[in-house]
Amino acid sequence: MPGPTVADPSKRPHSKKSPYTADRGMPGAFDGETVTRRRFMTGGVLAAGGIATAAFTLPALGFALGPVFTRTEARNWQDVGGVNDFNPLTYSSVVGTIDPYVGETGKTTIYIRKRDPSRDTAKELLKYPYVAISTRCMHLGCPVRYVQASERFICPCHGGVYTFDGKVAGGPPVRPLDRFETKVENGRVFVGKRFSLNSKLEKFKPRDPSNHLDGVWQYIYPSRPTT
Amino acid sequence: MKLLPGPLRRRNGGKNGGEVVTRPRDREIEREKESAKERRKEALVEIPIQTLGWLDERTGGGPFLRGFLYRKVPRGTNWFYTLGSATMFAFVSQAVTGVFLAMYYRPSATEAYPSVQHITNDVFLGEFVRGMHKWGATVMVILIFAHMGRVFFFGAYKYPRELNWIIGVVLIVLTLMMALTGYLLPFDQRSFWATVVAVNLNSSGPIIGPYLADFLRGGAEFGATTISRFYAIHMLLIPGLIAALIGAHLYLVAKLGTTAPPWLKAEKRRELAQEEI
Repeated sequence: MPGPTVADPSKRPHSKKSPYTADRGMPGAFDGETVTRRRFMTGGVLAAGGIATAAFTLPALGFALGPVFTRTEARNWQDVGGVNDFNPLTYSSVVGTIDPYVGETGKTTIYIRKRDPSRDTAKELLKYPYVAISTRCMHLGCPVRYVQASERFICPCHGGVYTFDGKVAGGPPVRPLDRFETKVENGRVFVGKRFSLNSKLEKFKPRDPSNHLDGVWQYIYPSRPTT
Repeated sequence: MKLLPGPLRRRNGGKNGGEVVTRPRDREIEREKESAKERRKEALVEIPIQTLGWLDERTGGGPFLRGFLYRKVPRGTNWFYTLGSATMFAFVSQAVTGVFLAMYYRPSATEAYPSVQHITNDVFLGEFVRGMHKWGATVMVILIFAHMGRVFFFGAYKYPRELNWIIGVVLIVLTLMMALTGYLLPFDQRSFWATVVAVNLNSSGPIIGPYLADFLRGGAEFGATTISRFYAIHMLLIPGLIAALIGAHLYLVAKLGTTAPPWLKAEKRRELAQEEI
């Protein structure tokens, strides 16, 4: 007999080099096709379904995630009072608007005093004629309140305490209280954007409460596209 | 007398000395009426049976339900085994009351609190339904943890039920996410500041934490989109996931069965015992 011949093609020894369907007796396939029509159709249907699903899933996902990458519009300067309404020795509270579209919820208390040249010597903050302290606690964001008797900012939630300059005096907060930019125009005091500070009162773009800013921490809690 | 059919015997018994007063034709009509009544009664009883049969024939649900509801449970099954069903019942209760609360609730920063006050003070049974939802949430969290404790201490998470344990853990996380997102919705001082704290807790995670907080708030600040975002997650996203996962959880329970309590010793199979000898 001249070599082994097997009648049933599916029983023939399958060479690894041969095309996918060769010598395998597959139903619906021409011998030697690299891809069977059945396999091609299966793949085609899966691909079409995947494309159709992605066509609505990806836009919806982007829609939901959009705010994470959208820069929040810089708020306009807000008039908070005349230049003589504030003094360097104590804070006066004014109401500022963080988000104008949510009614009362979008408003916040801001503590303001005039800059004291002998006390406020942080280099990056010299350009601000007034000190405007954000009441957002740097532990987890509760509203702090200024107590004149002890010259401290005190948080009601978890016992955070800050000094007159807004530096951490005790409790869980991770960095000094945020501040707002200030300027004077035509005898009026204006409050602008919020910014964050590390423990040396160096200026940073605004971060969330609970984000450390000293040393390498400033890279572990990066500045986000929204701010 | 004894030869008379039942109804006639009763009707005439004793009165006329057993004498039959009705004519044979009347008797026949009477009997006809009686049997028609019987047939109608039987047909009436048949209606639900036929309806169920119709459904069963087309869905094959009968054998499935029999297997699901009348499956064998091990000896020693006790009240602790009801905690899972209790949790599911709490979820169903939350789903139902939640859907009805949504008929009156308005998820916007300016309208949420007034609409909740309206539900509580004005709507008929509103205080009750809202109370059911509020306290039901706490009950569900307690029950799901009790259920997890039962599974853990009874060793019911072991082979081949590990996947069901994993699904259960995901369900616990989703339940807690429901608790978190639902807490904001009354939009009073407590829920607002609690949510501020919760979002900032997310923010405290390194590198991706601030992004996660941005996603939850819908921006850098707690704004107009925050509450509607929480509402959509609370109302649509998570309940759908929970319902789907409960389905998978139950399927695996039915497929794998439940475990006996650990204090019951395994019964030795006779052939094994014999082998030992």
